[in-house]
Amino acid sequence: MRRVRSFFGGIYPKDAKKSTASTPIQTLSAPETLVVPLLQHVGVEAQPVVAKGDEVLKGQLLADAGSAISAPVHSPVSGKVLAIEPRAHQSGHSVTAIVIENDGNDTWVEKSGHPDPVQLDAKTIIERIREAGIVGMGGAGFPTALKLVPPPGITPDYLIINGCECEPYSTSDDRIMVEYPEDIILGAQLMAKASGARKIIIAIEDNKPEAYASLKAKAGAIEIVLVPTRYPAGGEKQLIQYVTRREVPSGGMPYQAGAIVQNVATARAVALALRDGEPAISRVVTVIGDPIAQPGNYLVPVGMTLDDLIQATGGFTQTPGKVVIGGAMMGEAQFDLQTPITKMSGGVLALSEAESHTPDSEPCIRCARCVDVCPAQLLPLRLEAFGMNERFDDAREFGALDCIECGSCNYICPAKRPLLQYIRFAKMEIIARENKPN
Amino acid sequence: MDDLKLIVAPSPHMRDKDTTKKMMFGVLVALLPVLAASIYFYRFDAVRLVLLSAGAAVATEAIFQRLRKQPIRIGDGSALVTGFLLGLIVPPTLPSWMVILGAAFAIAIGKQVFGGLGQNPFNPALVGRAILTVSFSTAMTAWTRPFDAITAATPLAIGEAGARIPDLFFGSVAGSLGETSALAILLGGIYLFYRGYLDYRVPVGIFASVIAVSLFTGQDVFFHLLSGSLLFGAVFMATDPVTSPITKAGRWIFGIGIGLIIMLIRTWGSYPEGVTYAILLMNAVTPLINRWTRPRIYGQGVKTSE
Repeated sequence: MRRVRSFFGGIYPKDAKKSTASTPIQTLSAPETLVVPLLQHVGVEAQPVVAKGDEVLKGQLLADAGSAISAPVHSPVSGKVLAIEPRAHQSGHSVTAIVIENDGNDTWVEKSGHPDPVQLDAKTIIERIREAGIVGMGGAGFPTALKLVPPPGITPDYLIINGCECEPYSTSDDRIMVEYPEDIILGAQLMAKASGARKIIIAIEDNKPEAYASLKAKAGAIEIVLVPTRYPAGGEKQLIQYVTRREVPSGGMPYQAGAIVQNVATARAVALALRDGEPAISRVVTVIGDPIAQPGNYLVPVGMTLDDLIQATGGFTQTPGKVVIGGAMMGEAQFDLQTPITKMSGGVLALSEAESHTPDSEPCIRCARCVDVCPAQLLPLRLEAFGMNERFDDAREFGALDCIECGSCNYICPAKRPLLQYIRFAKMEIIARENKPN
Repeated sequence: MDDLKLIVAPSPHMRDKDTTKKMMFGVLVALLPVLAASIYFYRFDAVRLVLLSAGAAVATEAIFQRLRKQPIRIGDGSALVTGFLLGLIVPPTLPSWMVILGAAFAIAIGKQVFGGLGQNPFNPALVGRAILTVSFSTAMTAWTRPFDAITAATPLAIGEAGARIPDLFFGSVAGSLGETSALAILLGGIYLFYRGYLDYRVPVGIFASVIAVSLFTGQDVFFHLLSGSLLFGAVFMATDPVTSPITKAGRWIFGIGIGLIIMLIRTWGSYPEGVTYAILLMNAVTPLINRWTRPRIYGQGVKTSE
């Protein structure tokens, strides 16, 4: 078996983190109106438990989990519910949101923290994490409580705390590691206890020496692993491969490789929820890119629109061509600035008009750079052709469903082909066909 | 900011700076030492043949794209590369009309009839050379000595006694315009490798199997490595991305296969040289090699750890 401590493929994009990597986190005051989407996670929308006109307190439950795969949503401020209606969402679809008028008082609900939450039993920890509405804050948004509970009888070997932050332009995780190492360690210990994981490993890309030193000073017996700086080192499957030398089975879950992966921001949210009794109502967001007047890392209430956020940080210095929520490799381009920040939005990236241009694609010259960089060891050029020609059975045979959509193939292609778009198309068609009862 | 018009496009929002055009012009830059050596040895004939070949290749490409009602893409440099390559692998005495015909065939039959850039199974420049060789076998084997243009046989035709290794290395032997100077070819190869345009597996595979067969059959290793079209073929022809395998394992097989066929032809065949046919034959099996060497996908065939 392969025993090399590495992961397949990968690319070296310019990291573009310089303007914010050493900018301390600044807290932004909440705007007058907040738009709190009921979908800030993978799964189904949360169900509102408040109505239009209700007065709500900061941290009060606005909507509870809508089904098994869902997460509760809380009020980021105290104030009044103005509306419950569809609003712009970072996914590009419109999603029901609870619109809140901020009364400016920041009146909290009664917080139920615990001075030493590690004393709590596993079941209580998981319940508190669920109630606090914590989801994967690395961007995927999978409800954290669900991820911590593997099927009965399975005890994960590793809890991997993901501090890689391999996305170009993203520094929010880096700053959290530098400024709040105790919170991350506490969150990690709580999640290890909750899941029964035998060993905690914190993984950091080796371009973040300050974050490493900060965590190392507080880590005690917890192992910290430096991962080579190569995108997508922070991809869940790649990180598991690097740290454990195991692979997640095709179509399977990380626990099947004996591992659970949680992001550093998620770990901190767990600490805040259990120790301080604060649900997931704010997060650190990197606001960055050439058109941004004051790039930085900001603590932002969930529900703050991009418009308010960018104004609060000093606005644009030039007209942006594209505004992305997330990172440059996997983030989602937004239609306008009315989209709110959610628990999943780690970064806001504004690109200049020149950077936003999508290049024209040329014929594939079969240089196979896409094959060389694919971390899933797929043949992206073949999958693209299968997608284009609607040969979905072949696409499935060639592993389209194993694509993690990291975009490395698209990034590297000298002919500027839309490889990932056609692979996504093939994946969607394959999944749609398999779900359709014949 | 109500009137802000934002571009919405799927991720990723970053692209590598390299382009097809840069790759093609990178190959042309890598050919500069070879071109310089051929001009040094063969003077005006080198300029004449390379320019005519390049011009004919580009013109044929433009005509075919026009006939096929496609956008004219001659600016991408791919036809120019084919033209340069063909011009450098013909004898210095070849009549002008023959090289023009060869370049036109290389693009028309070698590339455009399959659908243009990226679709051709065979290396177009080698298709051009093969067509010229079978059509005009006398002109295509009319070798002359460098500098004085006196008719001479190539070292491969004479055998191991035919040339000193230093002459083969620097290129002062009879042969095709760009194929005689090992030094110039290696400089180009190093440049291509440095720019990331050449997968070392292909040339190394070729050299390894040529060395192995030479040693096994008691022949002079350096003579085989440095003579004929071997180096030029290994560096500039076999590494053509379009016609070589897309997998790393496949590129090893491809290179080793080329080396074996070259030695088979050179040692036991009726031709003195076999690089052209070795590469074309391995081009033909490239789709099969790709099929045999599909990488194991992450997570497939993996057992659960529990």
